[in-house]
Amino acid sequence: MSPATLLMEATYLVASVLFILGLKAMSHPESARRGMFYAEAGMAAAIIGTLIGQHIVTWVWIVAGLLLGSAIGAWMGLTVPMTAMPQRTALSHAFGAMAAALVGIAEFGVHGSEMSVFTRGALGFEVMLGALTTTGSLIAAGKLQGVIRGAPVQFRGQQALNLLIALGMVGCFVAFWINPAWLAAFYAMVGLALAFGVMLVIPIGSADMPVVMSLLNSYAGLAATATGFVLGNNVLIIAGTLDGFSGLILSILMCKAMNRSITNVLFGGFGSVVAEASSNAGGTMREISIDDAAVQLAYARSVIFVPGYGLATAQAQHVVRELAEVLEGRGVTVKYAIHPVAGRMPGHMNVLLAEANVSYSSLYEMEQINPEFPSTDVVVVIGANDVVNPDARDNPKSLIAGMPILEVDMAKSVIVLKRGQGRGFSGLENPLFFKERTRMLYGDAKSTLTQLVQAVRHV
Amino acid sequence: MNPAVLIASIYVFALAAFLGYQVISRVPPLLHTPLMSATNAISGISLIGSLVMAGAHFPLVAHLLGFAAVTTATINVVGGFLITDRMLRMFKKRDVGTSSKVVKS
Repeated sequence: MSPATLLMEATYLVASVLFILGLKAMSHPESARRGMFYAEAGMAAAIIGTLIGQHIVTWVWIVAGLLLGSAIGAWMGLTVPMTAMPQRTALSHAFGAMAAALVGIAEFGVHGSEMSVFTRGALGFEVMLGALTTTGSLIAAGKLQGVIRGAPVQFRGQQALNLLIALGMVGCFVAFWINPAWLAAFYAMVGLALAFGVMLVIPIGSADMPVVMSLLNSYAGLAATATGFVLGNNVLIIAGTLDGFSGLILSILMCKAMNRSITNVLFGGFGSVVAEASSNAGGTMREISIDDAAVQLAYARSVIFVPGYGLATAQAQHVVRELAEVLEGRGVTVKYAIHPVAGRMPGHMNVLLAEANVSYSSLYEMEQINPEFPSTDVVVVIGANDVVNPDARDNPKSLIAGMPILEVDMAKSVIVLKRGQGRGFSGLENPLFFKERTRMLYGDAKSTLTQLVQAVRHV
Repeated sequence: MNPAVLIASIYVFALAAFLGYQVISRVPPLLHTPLMSATNAISGISLIGSLVMAGAHFPLVAHLLGFAAVTTATINVVGGFLITDRMLRMFKKRDVGTSSKVVKS
């Protein structure tokens, strides 16, 4: 082994260790930033090691790609708003998967005929996962950005068509695996995988995006792992597997948070279901005026805010923090209760509130905060609906039965900020709104909260 | 690929999967969004495969595909790490009282 190759292998080992240390540091917000510096150092080492250790003969495409990619990456990295983080992440799943697919296709074109059976199998996985993740993630990004309609697209015979595409894809995979000279089978597999990615994501509604995002994350990671197997490169296997498992764990957590199986999310088309009338909801909703709400908040001892995606769409994060500060100034204890699927990707709501300067020590997870509701004076629900629907707990016939909820209805009083009298994404009535202790405050969340801040100041 | 290398690779995969499960399970839900963008940036390591395609002794088509792959992988590495850091910088234990009021929109 030449010294240059040895150096390269050493940088790969260093990179692998630094990646793991970096992710380990993610276990706490205090250490997380430092951890990312480790990971960045590892990445830089691996890139430099590769450029030294591989027999690079043409630099023009490398330099052009690095410059162009850095420019686009830096522009995206510095300008993307936090509310657009789900789209950005979906897009980056697409880019990562596309890189894997392109390398795989090039590798097949160059070495295809001399590959061992095993390498060819890994390459098939790499290209197939890469291709379907690319189009799937692009569709997801489009839905999240609103370029494509967010509603689930479903039609008669969809399942059968999907099955047909999937079988065709696997069939082509097996065909070129057995006979590498059969180029048409390879390219047909690429095409079918691209189509399958589209079909996989169009039937899924926007509200189920946290699961889909995590799954695509997992696929993109596994595509990188497969690349590692093809190239016999351990750092790729390690980094790809870490990514793949991270996505898998997040998918499982998100499914648990909605009490649904992955198959149900992928094939259920939940958002389109017209709900049967839920038994517990009924009666009248009681409205409350801004001034009365302000008095109630100002004289409370403890207040918990429950933000949902409606908060983010109204861009009301900063005003919530302002209201919290005014209340804290009066000696009120303020906490935030975050449901795991609040937002469009795992952990999204935490980032949005952190951006609005809310301290992470006042953000509470569902399990932590649920026991505190009974002793809380006022809970303010902002743009959240299904995650506080008591039917999930009390009504076994409800569509969302069994989904873990924030037990807001246990609190001494509840104020619900809502745009209008409509229902949540699932189309379900929410008995919480009809409870004796619940008051409704209609209007745009941002302007309502701004008025509340003023009113509390004048109490 | 000879069988010895293959078996070693499978060992690496199995151990990485186990380690990944252990490490990722410890990340609090608070940081799940930065986690996703961080793992994304890290898996941009497939860049090193793209570099070889774009620059080693291969036909032009491979170089072009390699160039496209280098570009997309670099977007993920650079963009991913920048965004992760931007997010992690926002997580503060206590907001700094008066200075936070200046930031409000």
